[in-house]
Amino acid sequence: MTGQLDSIYEVARRSFLRSMRQPAAFVPAIVFPLFLLAVNSAGLDAATGIPGFPTDSYVTFALAIPFIQGGTFTLLNSGTDLATDIETGFLNRMAMTPLGGPALLAGMLGGSMAIALIQTAFYIAIGFTVGADFAAGAAGVPMLFLLSLVICFAFSCVGVFTALRVGTGEAMQSMFPVFFVFLFFSSMAMPRDLIEQDWFRTVATINPLSYLIEGIRSLYVVGFDWEALGLAFGVSAILIAVFLSLAAASLRTTLVRT
Amino acid sequence: MSESASEWAIEVEGLTQKFRKGPLAVDGIDLHVERGEIYGFLGPNGAGKSTTVLMLTTLLPPTGGVARVGGFDIAREGGRVRSVIGAALQEAALDAHLTAREHMRLQTALQGVPKPERRARGDELIERVGLAEAADRKVGGYSGGMKRRLDLALALVHGPEILFLDEPTTGLDPQSRSSLWEEVERLADDEGMTVFLTTQYLEEADRLADRVGIIDRGKIVAEGTPAMLKAEVGEPSVSARAADPSDRGRLVEVLGRFGSASGPEDEDAAWVRLDPGCGGLVEVVRALDAEGLQVADLQLHEPTLDDVFLEKTGRKLEGAGEEQGDESGEFEAVSA
Repeated sequence: MTGQLDSIYEVARRSFLRSMRQPAAFVPAIVFPLFLLAVNSAGLDAATGIPGFPTDSYVTFALAIPFIQGGTFTLLNSGTDLATDIETGFLNRMAMTPLGGPALLAGMLGGSMAIALIQTAFYIAIGFTVGADFAAGAAGVPMLFLLSLVICFAFSCVGVFTALRVGTGEAMQSMFPVFFVFLFFSSMAMPRDLIEQDWFRTVATINPLSYLIEGIRSLYVVGFDWEALGLAFGVSAILIAVFLSLAAASLRTTLVRT
Repeated sequence: MSESASEWAIEVEGLTQKFRKGPLAVDGIDLHVERGEIYGFLGPNGAGKSTTVLMLTTLLPPTGGVARVGGFDIAREGGRVRSVIGAALQEAALDAHLTAREHMRLQTALQGVPKPERRARGDELIERVGLAEAADRKVGGYSGGMKRRLDLALALVHGPEILFLDEPTTGLDPQSRSSLWEEVERLADDEGMTVFLTTQYLEEADRLADRVGIIDRGKIVAEGTPAMLKAEVGEPSVSARAADPSDRGRLVEVLGRFGSASGPEDEDAAWVRLDPGCGGLVEVVRALDAEGLQVADLQLHEPTLDDVFLEKTGRKLEGAGEEQGDESGEFEAVSA
């Protein structure tokens, strides 16, 4: 057991080092969501005047978005890294060691979580720097860390599963627009009950990303809204259960060792 | 397969790989490799070499036949097989963003080398393959030869009994190739390691292998020591090219007096495998002179492994792979 834990740590360490040594992949993953936050906040600030809008600060409202976009990048990075390992034969190298499939997955996801931790800390710091409200107070910070990491873990599971299905880094990168479509058809820019078009509101209600955004947003805007937090954790748990199972099954197929 | 057969490092009977919607990549091959032996598996691209290695290293379940590696069944005892083998597969499977030392750290951990020994084991292997000065540089900046050497070192971290090398020198410059050959010879001679080496280079098989298996289109067409295989081919062959292409017919007729037609089909040159006691090249030259035939080129060819391949398949090894297409990876394996 100690040997497996040790192996998981080394795989996670390698995954973390590899990501940190690719600034072209890592830096935009942090900066791009902030760029979008600045643009949205400047352009949509007037939306705070809509009756029923939950806060008078659009930045506070929109701060949840970088967390989710950061999670999307975590998804792409973890997926691309695994797809590259499949392409280069590095996965075969690991398959020839006593390392089990679950331990391999745990290590890879562990490395992604280390990156997600840095992203989360950065976004929280940016929120405080730009003077956004944080209704949950000091006790809400650990909750925000926890929720953000759980969401990133769920996204990483999606990324790993997708990588095992598509098998190449290029194909993985081409999935990027698909994930962004999910983001745009969510309650990203407007509370669901204030979305005027019925079809859009329906899509946003079906879209699981809306609940993840609303969970993080609740800590900034409302405080400890247990319903929103429960839904966010619940949706994340479902994503994790579904995609981790699928990833484990796909890994067994990919690692066709006897 | 009998228990007593486990004296072999590798024993294979009827090993088959049939890819779904694809060719019969490996067609019921039999082979036996002695402990401590370097076995060269020679064949053109697409012959079935890499597919065989993938099966023997447990990375691809066979669709037929049986094989034991290190005394363990590759289909039923994959974990035990992996514990006694090391492998450097066709592409050096390295992470461009890690250093050699970091690769060693990861590989020693994954192979279960005790923690206190990992650093020393990694450093020893890095030193042995001549990468000490580059050990802390990212692998992305390494040359092809350096990557191959690191790949080899990584395959050795757990002290395997049997080493699989799949075309280890493909694409390397002569100096890198020579240095890798020396290390393979040292592993076999000094450490008694069994080496299963696939190659498409005749020179490599000739230089390194104690015994050679020649594979073509999924079947083993010849097996033996390089000297034995070449002796089977027999006498040397002669090739000649007429100075005037219109004289080719006469040239073929004259050469035909000394043996049977042989060699690649060539519109200009004529080839003949000399019959024993025919007098050799000197008599050929005299006959050509007597006929007044001017030749632009005349060569004597001692038998090579390429001749063995030609004898067994009717084709030259060089270029034979182009007819067969690439092997492995392209097709989905049929479940075993």
